[in-house]
Amino acid sequence: MYVAVKGGERAIENAHKFLAEERRGDKDVPELSLDQIREQLSLSISRVMAEGSLYDPDLAALAVKQARGDLIEAIFLLRAYRTTLPRFGFTTAIETSDMSLDRRISATFKDLPGGQVLGPTYDYTHRLLDFALAAEGEEPLQAETADKAVEPETPRVLELLNHEGLIEQAAAGNDQDCEVGDLTREPLDFPAGRDIRLQNLARGDEGFILALGYSTQRGYARNHAFVGEIRVGEVAVEMVPEELGFAIEIGDITITECETVNQFKGSKKVPPQFTRGYGLTLGHNERKTIAMALVDRALRAKELGEEVEAAAQDEEFVLSHSDNIQATGFVEHIKLPHYVDFQSELELVRRLRAEMVVEQKQAAE
Amino acid sequence: MTTENDIYNFAYLDEQTKKMIRRAIFKAIAIPGYQVPFASREMPMPYGWGTGGIQVTATILCPSDRLKVIDQGSDDTTNAVSIRRFFAKTANVETTTKTEQATIIQTRHRIPETALREDQTLVYQVPIPEPLRFLEPREVETRKMHALEEYGLMHVKLYEDISRHGAIATTYAYPTQVNGRYMTDPSPIPKFDNPKMDQMPALQLFGAGREKRIYAIPPYTDVRSLDFEDHPFEVQQWESACALCGDDQSFLDEVILDDRGERMFVCSDSHHCQTRQEQGFHGSQMPENHAGGLQEKHDG
Repeated sequence: MYVAVKGGERAIENAHKFLAEERRGDKDVPELSLDQIREQLSLSISRVMAEGSLYDPDLAALAVKQARGDLIEAIFLLRAYRTTLPRFGFTTAIETSDMSLDRRISATFKDLPGGQVLGPTYDYTHRLLDFALAAEGEEPLQAETADKAVEPETPRVLELLNHEGLIEQAAAGNDQDCEVGDLTREPLDFPAGRDIRLQNLARGDEGFILALGYSTQRGYARNHAFVGEIRVGEVAVEMVPEELGFAIEIGDITITECETVNQFKGSKKVPPQFTRGYGLTLGHNERKTIAMALVDRALRAKELGEEVEAAAQDEEFVLSHSDNIQATGFVEHIKLPHYVDFQSELELVRRLRAEMVVEQKQAAE
Repeated sequence: MTTENDIYNFAYLDEQTKKMIRRAIFKAIAIPGYQVPFASREMPMPYGWGTGGIQVTATILCPSDRLKVIDQGSDDTTNAVSIRRFFAKTANVETTTKTEQATIIQTRHRIPETALREDQTLVYQVPIPEPLRFLEPREVETRKMHALEEYGLMHVKLYEDISRHGAIATTYAYPTQVNGRYMTDPSPIPKFDNPKMDQMPALQLFGAGREKRIYAIPPYTDVRSLDFEDHPFEVQQWESACALCGDDQSFLDEVILDDRGERMFVCSDSHHCQTRQEQGFHGSQMPENHAGGLQEKHDG
């Protein structure tokens, strides 16, 4: 006998309770504090802030805790919160050459003004499980501090090339009057400008951007890139309140920036010149930022007169599919009820099959 | 104590956002069937769960409204329950399951069986607003096709269906032409519901959150389901009637009863079915006197 599909409300409530129980796990194990998450899972926090488009390590920690460590779910929580926030105004463009550096490396020059600053990196660790960490109560190693502080103003590597005219000029990025688009306030429209593309990539899914960047290295829109510079550190954020008329500092944020030097173009009239790719994210996200610079460069194909033949160069393809909150929503929504559509298909397939059987019988007779 | 109602604006969205969405809705009504881009917001539900419809509802909702939410025709499916609760909480509006008592009906994949009136608004949740999307994936191209009213591609698709299967193989999200101009996706409603859209007295609004599009069909607008003279548009039919209320005119869902092929059919519109049972109609699986109400009344 048919049992009516009722009781959805109670089922949902109970599912939420079950979820809360699962999130907490074994109650004999101490609960995670937001401080622990923020301090000890800091790269998760970085990713959640970058793709959530909101710089707030404490809220990001809360999101990671609430999402049971599912970073896309955490990004979603932060995004949904972000949309409710009022806009007070816009900051002035941050100046990354004034960054208080934790890390700054160049792959193009052995040494350069400001020097190579290795910073906290996994790059040269041996990926051997450290069983000492399994036993809690570790005494953390203390890094030695250099006698000399990092130079306060470290010129950007690409600007050094610029002196010789070896690399194209950066687009009018420092122009404070140039209006920058915001795809969280305006629907995405094609063709999109580079500002919108970079915003989209900065918020885009790390895995997606990584795979696309990788594809350019393997020959799909190959454009060999050198990492001119990658820098991680804190920059001051300033804004000009209308009633003051001059810039005041409103806080510091940690960011990662990557500039790539890509293969040159030139023509009979224009001498050959290197081209640029650019990546920047909130927090410490080197993998994402490097991949972003590769994809940014690939997406400049049309502007640079290159043929668009690979996925990473295809603006509509990349920008429409990079957002993991949109992607996860639409991919996962197919688990919602589709009884009605499926019933419609069932009816059609049954009818078409029945018609074919009749036809075959008639043909046999 | 701070409650969620103090933190969030009436019906969740802030007034600036509502103003932006209202403008998109006005434009959509002025150009029936045309997809208006809008700056869709991230909602506290995932994309694909009806964020477009939710934003439209949140924007048009007034404190005096009475809201009904259905998913697959039913008020009781989990997502319908969740959306109804969202508005009951954030807007504190009255909710109902009764089609005739609702002023706004938000729906996913169905149009209620009960005919709608001028004082009602039907809000559809739309996954892919572009009817040409599966024929041409590029937005730049499809916008051009709409501008030039170049819809040959769809007719070729329907023709190919006929040459391959002997019939048009589109059973839901069946393409329509609105007001003799724009080709419009009716959202994934079964084509069974398409005729209800034509000359409907109620305003029909469509919201696609992830795709950032709003479109509309104003009251009493021509909505034609595409077809050919020798292959006219037709809707689904069932050999059986609803096992609960005996209706043989409504859209039926199939329910599998066991693993030996036993099945029954029941109305997809849960309120319609309930109403008929209360009126004394009954189907093959219901004892005659099971539902209260007017027991002397019989179907057939």
